[in-house]
Amino acid sequence: MALNAEQSERLNVLLTDRAEEISARWAEVAAAPLRGRLTVAEAARQTLDLQRQLQATLRAGATDVASDRSAELRAVLSEFSRGRARQGFTATETATTVLALKTAIYDVAGVEKGDEATLRDYVAWTSFIDELSLFTFESYTKARERIITEQNEQLLELSTPVVKLWEGVVSVPLVGTLDSARAQVVMERLLQALIDTGSPWAIIDITGVPAVDTQVAQHVLKTVMAARLMGAECIVSGIRPQIAQTIVALGIEFGDIVTKASLADALRHAIKMSGSELARSQRRAA
Amino acid sequence: MSAAGDVEAAAVQAISGDEDVVRVRQLVRTAAVAAKLSLVDQTKLVTAASELARNTLVYGGGGKAEVSHLDNGARRGIRIVFSDSGPGIPDVELALTDGYTSGGGLGLGLSGARRLVDEFELETAVGVGTTVSVTKWAR
Repeated sequence: MALNAEQSERLNVLLTDRAEEISARWAEVAAAPLRGRLTVAEAARQTLDLQRQLQATLRAGATDVASDRSAELRAVLSEFSRGRARQGFTATETATTVLALKTAIYDVAGVEKGDEATLRDYVAWTSFIDELSLFTFESYTKARERIITEQNEQLLELSTPVVKLWEGVVSVPLVGTLDSARAQVVMERLLQALIDTGSPWAIIDITGVPAVDTQVAQHVLKTVMAARLMGAECIVSGIRPQIAQTIVALGIEFGDIVTKASLADALRHAIKMSGSELARSQRRAA
Repeated sequence: MSAAGDVEAAAVQAISGDEDVVRVRQLVRTAAVAAKLSLVDQTKLVTAASELARNTLVYGGGGKAEVSHLDNGARRGIRIVFSDSGPGIPDVELALTDGYTSGGGLGLGLSGARRLVDEFELETAVGVGTTVSVTKWAR
């Protein structure tokens, strides 16, 4: 519910005239449930920021949270929610800080002993503060979603390192679930690493993949085909006994792709093959 | 001790996204370990579950997987029932043929899953949905 102009004005007057009392009481009430994790001083700094922006917004004649005049207030609230989300506070704890303003106003404005007009104002103000707190809640959720997305992306990067094992041999150890998004990242990284290092050999190690189903196999096969198109040869390593039996039962064919039980075997194979090529070319040169 | 053919309460996992396929795998792996399946059988069952869960998602448009423990007195086992109310499979013979796919896969999911388990039942009706039930017994 939006405030009317007079209610907004009276709230502004109250916040300005009794600024210090309100901010002190607000910080006190806000910090109480967060004891031990947020000092009163920190809470006071945050509530003071909010209070100043709220005053400025009301002075500008804002009567609800959604209007253009409240744009800056929304920005400050979002920033506040984001900060709290990153510090690991819950959505309730974040919204409660905003709601604490109600108690502060109640106490400072003397609503309990006030007349009917004061009471009516107070009801209007509290529903305005409720709106603020709902907006905080929403910002908090958005902030958390963004954090989760970021973490997913970080995880994607973390879980797909391409390492140079030997001169001319790069390897990508796959760990966990190989879904389409990760398979795409793996392929891109591996192909780029082949170019960057000029390696003719790539080892795809699936030791860390718990279940090799047709989707995983298809992703691996596609990556191998792409690498081949670039002139590199791939070895798939980390085929444990149970994986080998499952692959056979499923009917997946790796064709002429070299597969090995361990990464060590794969590396040995790559070195031997490139070594023999080297030896042959040297013999030819001699 | 439970009686012969006793079926304990099933754990149900809804399948509505890629992450649910992972959850089905985890659920089946936990159940397979609890039923003391060997590592090879665990891997086979988990892989079959992975294939069928993805089929439920991709071709059935989502559905659910029910994992239950079996005990016939002599052996313990795991049964997983995948059900969806998707378009159904018009030609089951064809769908179970190696290398046939109506999507973009390898065409080994359904037929491969059948080879990975001990018992495989498929019920489907066009326009009604598909139910695939697989069972793996501990050796």
